[in-house]
Amino acid sequence: MKKRSIVPIIYILFLLLPIYWLVAMSFKTTNEILGGFSLFPQTFTLENYRVIFTDPTWYWGYINSISYVTLNTVISITVALPAAYAFSRYRFLGDKQLFFWLLTNRMAPAAVFALPFFQLYSAVGLFDTYLAVALAHCLFNIPLSVWILEGFMAGVPKELDETAYVDGYSFPRFFVTIFLPSIKAGVGVAAFFCFMFSWVELLLAKTLTAVAAKPIAAIMTKTASSAGYELGLLAAAGTLTIIPGAIVIYFVRNYIAKGFAMGRV
Amino acid sequence: MKTVNQKAWFFVLPVLLLVAFNALIPMMTVVNYSVQETFGNNLFLWEGLTWFEQLLTEERFYKALGRQFMFTGLILAIEVPLGIAIALSMPRQGIWVPVCLILMALPMLIPWNVVGAMWNIFTLPDIGLLGYFLNNVLGINYDMTQDPIAAWVTIITMDVWHWTSLVVLLAYAGLVSIPDAYYQAAKIDGASNWSVFRFIQLPKMKPVLTIAILLRFMDSFNIYTEPFVLTGGGPGNSTTLLSIDLVKRALGQFDLGPAAAMSLIYFAITLLVSWLFYTLMTKDDLN
Repeated sequence: MKKRSIVPIIYILFLLLPIYWLVAMSFKTTNEILGGFSLFPQTFTLENYRVIFTDPTWYWGYINSISYVTLNTVISITVALPAAYAFSRYRFLGDKQLFFWLLTNRMAPAAVFALPFFQLYSAVGLFDTYLAVALAHCLFNIPLSVWILEGFMAGVPKELDETAYVDGYSFPRFFVTIFLPSIKAGVGVAAFFCFMFSWVELLLAKTLTAVAAKPIAAIMTKTASSAGYELGLLAAAGTLTIIPGAIVIYFVRNYIAKGFAMGRV
Repeated sequence: MKTVNQKAWFFVLPVLLLVAFNALIPMMTVVNYSVQETFGNNLFLWEGLTWFEQLLTEERFYKALGRQFMFTGLILAIEVPLGIAIALSMPRQGIWVPVCLILMALPMLIPWNVVGAMWNIFTLPDIGLLGYFLNNVLGINYDMTQDPIAAWVTIITMDVWHWTSLVVLLAYAGLVSIPDAYYQAAKIDGASNWSVFRFIQLPKMKPVLTIAILLRFMDSFNIYTEPFVLTGGGPGNSTTLLSIDLVKRALGQFDLGPAAAMSLIYFAITLLVSWLFYTLMTKDDLN
């Protein structure tokens, strides 16, 4: 083992400690958690998980979250692809300004824009639907996707496009069968970022939903306050929120490792 | 070279419509609020620029703004160099690469309120792992609900824990894209580790670092959920960052007008600083 691998190891240990603590708590009873400090669960229990998997309010929270996150990722990538292509290949009126304006949309303090968002989505009749949250999260996911995809596309030589035209490919066919496969790592990375930011965002998701589309993270805060302070249950629910993310990283791990290397991002 | 093609606008149109729908309409509503006094649901009175004047002469606003700049400054000063250092010492190939990447990305995938809640319990003096260890094993008097400095240390540590990996991932991506030929050339020239870093690695990482720094600036400047769940802005007002103060006004006191005026000023500051960063970091590319 080389000496320099010490740094990542220490860093990863630092990252895993709080996560270990959360997972350990999820196997404890609330009384044990509040009773005092213990490094490992003394009375190991699966009761917290049983509650989550049998109570529809809980497990629907996960289904809701996964639904709008998936929808958002699909929408963001679909519209970002042609836009990123335009930015990477063509020069047009106001392109630079537009590119920076897109980026500025991450900067509005969500805390106060939450109320106008509520009014807007109520007015168009989308309140408490997956689509509402999926569309709202486009505000920050589309600009980032365009940015990432543009980086990857700029890395693909323009000769590829020209050769395809000479060979008689139509634009859509060229885009889908030749261009897209050559930037699929970039699509993977952009999809990962969309998933991540939509999965963890709560303020807008909570504001735009009431019952039918309520995200898991919002259910956690509600149930915790009405049933006293069920720390064990809260920890179990928190632990389960890590799992979909971990699965997504597992699938895109090669894109992250190798994929980034292709473009200039 | 890029070709001039005004029809490219059609490619950008869907993005433009979706983002504009989400950005412009809520923004108009906020502008509307910022110049009005609200009574109940339907009664609005024109107030002009009163809220802006009131806010800009208020000590409370400047204090929250000061705390916000201190927070973001510390975050950037810690996370960017740390992220680069970790990325430099990561393995370049082999089975450990995906393992490292997966483990490092984990904190970013935890919903923000869960992050706040888990750090809150993690640092409690009598039942949390970190709090218990610091107080009862090392004998340090550490309680973030009482001591403002402890609260600040906790908030900064939490953010470093949460987001350094973003810098690591992006910096690492920049590093692995450097062709081996550069390193070989540097070796032949007898370049020191420092000059390899300064003249090869750092310039090659610049585009990805630009994204990393901009993202970290914008997100830390707008941070709300995690510190709110962690400390609620306390003890006292010591960790009341700008966004927390804003929500206290908007929802706690229902001062929609002042809150809207404040968020517009907030937005303008974020925009200005981001634009400065962006221009400074990309100015070489434009020439």
